[in-house]
Amino acid sequence: MIDFISPSLIAHFVLIFIVFNCLVLASAFMVWMERKVCAYIQDREGPNRVGPEGLLQPFADVIKLVFKEDLRPKAADAFLFAIAPVVSTATAFAAFSVVPFGTETTLFGLLSEPLRLEVTDVNVAVLVIFAVTSMGIYGIVLAGWSSNSKYSLLGGLRSSAQMISYELSYGLSLAAVIMLAGSLSLREIVVNQSGYWWHVIPRWYVFLQPLGFLIYMTAGVAETNRAPFDFPEAEQELVAGYHTEYSSMSFALFFMAEYINMVTVSAVATSLFLGGWLGPLLPAWLGWVWFMIKVLLLLFFYVWMRWTLPRYRYDQLMEFGWKWLLPAAVLNLVATAALVIWLG
Amino acid sequence: MEQIVFYVLAAVALLASFGVIGQRNPMHSVMLLIVSFGAYAGLYVLLDAPFTAVTQIIIYAGAIMVLFLFVVMLLNAHTEDDMVPATIGPRTMKIGVVLSLALVGEVAYALLKIARTDFGTDAGTVSSIKDVGHIGSMLYTSYSFAFEVTSILILVSMVGAVVIAGKPRKDR
Repeated sequence: MIDFISPSLIAHFVLIFIVFNCLVLASAFMVWMERKVCAYIQDREGPNRVGPEGLLQPFADVIKLVFKEDLRPKAADAFLFAIAPVVSTATAFAAFSVVPFGTETTLFGLLSEPLRLEVTDVNVAVLVIFAVTSMGIYGIVLAGWSSNSKYSLLGGLRSSAQMISYELSYGLSLAAVIMLAGSLSLREIVVNQSGYWWHVIPRWYVFLQPLGFLIYMTAGVAETNRAPFDFPEAEQELVAGYHTEYSSMSFALFFMAEYINMVTVSAVATSLFLGGWLGPLLPAWLGWVWFMIKVLLLLFFYVWMRWTLPRYRYDQLMEFGWKWLLPAAVLNLVATAALVIWLG
Repeated sequence: MEQIVFYVLAAVALLASFGVIGQRNPMHSVMLLIVSFGAYAGLYVLLDAPFTAVTQIIIYAGAIMVLFLFVVMLLNAHTEDDMVPATIGPRTMKIGVVLSLALVGEVAYALLKIARTDFGTDAGTVSSIKDVGHIGSMLYTSYSFAFEVTSILILVSMVGAVVIAGKPRKDR
């Protein structure tokens, strides 16, 4: 039994541990960044009391939430009410597990076989992400239904309608990249983007698929229920939407899931369109630094957009999704397919 | 190891499926159906067919069941008891019995036929099952008839749904 435990197995478990904790920290950091960027956009200071520049504010928030009482409406469906935030968070973590964030490394010769910088390498990674994120909606829908409150129910209903509408465009923009790369593995898709055109422009798919990138980002914002598409939790009409009845840590879990989903959408966008861990200047083993820079820029864009754009009306969202985004995604897919066949 | 996983997944799939028809709360039925779909996906992974496993999750658990949930939530039927009990007349019952017997016969025939089919376990066959491109070209060449017939079936059910939903109230 002892020889079953090899150094690479231990390294793998350590990697899983690190990725898990980095995601938790990333969601805490995102809370801080959101409040800070929001504050600067609105010309004020934002959190600046706890820790340097208010960096420890999210941890103070978590400590506060842990000590809050966990309330449950009397008429709620106890079991579904309890598992809804768990489903949300678990799927958010699971989706990131197939995202590669660096090249292979042997940790300076410590390991006999190279360790791939990702939790697991599956040859249908893109589809796994699509499948797991589509499961994440159940957390929101169950929360909305099991709370037995009209605001929650409406939030849950809106969310499912929104997800169904935007999942199609999301999937079609992924399909266009898959056709270009000829692979469903995220690692292979990233490796296919290495090199430069005329020694200057990196061979990233964003330059071949500008429309696909825009569609992906738009659908991604809608999928993560962020402004300007944050209808499931539109404060003015639905109080807090699907998590109106949640309190304490179960409320915090929904928030964590939302921020981790944003990280995952940005990480997948980085891998599919922006060349993943590939970048100039840094040596190959530091590729994860490039990866983090790109993801961070996309996350900043997310926050920036939230505090700049007003929320659409619900019928505008549906009209945009079905009448503009979906036809554009289909055209993009057909054009890509034709070009791939024509150019061989 | 593989056998243990198989039995665990099979048990989950069976128990969840029985739970689906045994629940009085439609919401719980839907959730149990999702659990059984997940177990099927696990079984496909055991069969070295990750693509089938993932499409199972995307299409059934991810898309179709969301629509199911949508309908259950819109009806807001918390339990079956809230709804008007369905009345099944003796004629409907007879037709039901005949149809169920026909289904049992079909399933038995199919199982007997599968038992005699040699699936092949050599490396070439296994990798061809894994290959997405191979699945695609097979769908559009050898099995294009079945593929198109399925599409027509879905179209017909869609038209049916529209006809039922669009029926004016006074006709009922």
